[in-house]
Amino acid sequence: MSTDGHAPRFAPGTFTPAPGRGPLGRMLATQVGLETRLALRQGEQVLLTLIIPLALLVGLALLRVVPLPEPRVTSVLGSVLALAVISTAFTSQAISLGFDRRYGVLRRLAATAVPRWLIVVGRLGGMAAVVLVQLVVLGAVALALGWRPGTGSLGWVLLLVVLGTAAFGAVGVLLGGTLRAELVLAVANIVWFVLLFAGGVLLPVAALPGPLAAVVTLLPSGALAEGLRAALLGGTPTLGQVLVLLVWTLVAGLVASRTVRWS
Amino acid sequence: MSGATSALEVRGLVVRYQGHPAVDGLDLDLAPGRVLALLGPNGAGKTTTVEVCEGLRSRDEGRVAVLGVDPAGAPDTLRSRVGVMPQGGGAYPGVRVREMVGLVAACAADPLDPDWLVETLGLASCARKPYKRLSVGQQQRLALACAVVGRPELVFLDEPTASLDPQGRRLVWELVRALRADGVAVLLTTHLMQEAEELADHIVIVDHGRVVAQGSPESLTAAGADRELRFRAAPGMDLRLLASALPEGCTVSEPTSGSYLVEGAIDPQVLSTVTSWCARQGVLADDLRVARRSLEDVFLELTGRELRS
Repeated sequence: MSTDGHAPRFAPGTFTPAPGRGPLGRMLATQVGLETRLALRQGEQVLLTLIIPLALLVGLALLRVVPLPEPRVTSVLGSVLALAVISTAFTSQAISLGFDRRYGVLRRLAATAVPRWLIVVGRLGGMAAVVLVQLVVLGAVALALGWRPGTGSLGWVLLLVVLGTAAFGAVGVLLGGTLRAELVLAVANIVWFVLLFAGGVLLPVAALPGPLAAVVTLLPSGALAEGLRAALLGGTPTLGQVLVLLVWTLVAGLVASRTVRWS
Repeated sequence: MSGATSALEVRGLVVRYQGHPAVDGLDLDLAPGRVLALLGPNGAGKTTTVEVCEGLRSRDEGRVAVLGVDPAGAPDTLRSRVGVMPQGGGAYPGVRVREMVGLVAACAADPLDPDWLVETLGLASCARKPYKRLSVGQQQRLALACAVVGRPELVFLDEPTASLDPQGRRLVWELVRALRADGVAVLLTTHLMQEAEELADHIVIVDHGRVVAQGSPESLTAAGADRELRFRAAPGMDLRLLASALPEGCTVSEPTSGSYLVEGAIDPQVLSTVTSWCARQGVLADDLRVARRSLEDVFLELTGRELRS
């Protein structure tokens, strides 16, 4: 720190007020860019959103440890895309929101000229950008492993990714916006782990025991993963799967809008 | 610096926590180009008051006008005219110093140059460090940068120097004086008497959510003390000898540890008696003042001496 201090550090007129709000586009771009960089630069988050899905994609496509419909790499891609969405929209989002609240970021931003809706949109934009990076990276690796996208299936895949991101994003905001940061960290990681193995993500619903399968069908993880595998294998998601994702989005979003605290 | 309009006007502010008033009928006035210090012990209601003015907290009673606008709805247009330095935190844990200043600058129409500000506030060496690895003093200077980068008309500084080293404190004081000189209104909270005395045009001492005294630093320290001599020395000196050496009608006491008070008709004779007595005791009388209380004396007399959590 400079302490030479005799010459005036601040020329007269330096702070003459010139208030005013920045252009909305610039605010949004700056915030989305920052949220995206923060998510892609944090080791634990990248492990969750990219490294583990990539490892599972390569591992499960090459090793036959889990029973999956052929072509194997296509089924695995469905599972891994579902996991990637859960990692970003739910776990990573909840944890960063929990700690951002602890660090007073939202209050800080709420005290600037940024409209409150833009703070929310900025966060969602950052989340969407990370999902986009995941889609590109995982898709490219799957192509290298022999995946051949069927015509018509990509539209369904995109729709499901959007719906899944919305559903898990709403649940993630609800979790990260209401509990203490440490609790958010624990719960978000445990839920991620449980959903991975028993939520229809790695193991198809058909491979789960009856009662569990019935529950998983109603979970957003089951709906998302089953829908993605079906769409990638040339089919379409069921109406039930789309509805499950929509209902989770609406219910979690509604509860979150009433309970989430800014700090 | 027109001075015509009010930067902040608070009337009868009441904020309750679970039924208990944290702020209990507070009035404040602040004009453009002036510095108002809200001085009080921990839990006096300073931060609550500031947060109501920032639009971050709702109030139960009273009227608040920030630059003529009620902050309750915190309209975007008002927030673009106000700079806020919250107490502790206020950045993403992983954000770099320069990025955070850039983010807040992007919210303003005509911000200061973030690079210049980072450099000037002594943050250049940690400009690429993530927030969570900064020292508390660095975090505080970053929060200060974010408060002023948008060229606001009014700045709220909540305990701006609480964990700064002396150099950092000087820097903040210099900045506050520069803001004032450029016509910015500043409301700062502090529990440092010296800070309030150095910076403020007007000091409001609050305790238990109420104004217990207010005025300019001079008027607060001069009141009711026309026959006093105060000095500091080693605590617990034996005052009997001094008492007997003083002229008739003068008494000496030690109201707080190490702070001595001679009451009576203070003349040059009394002054020389005190200093020569100190010399015989082998101690140096420090901070020797006639008929003028330090703000700390005023503060302690008004808010009591017991420790606050």
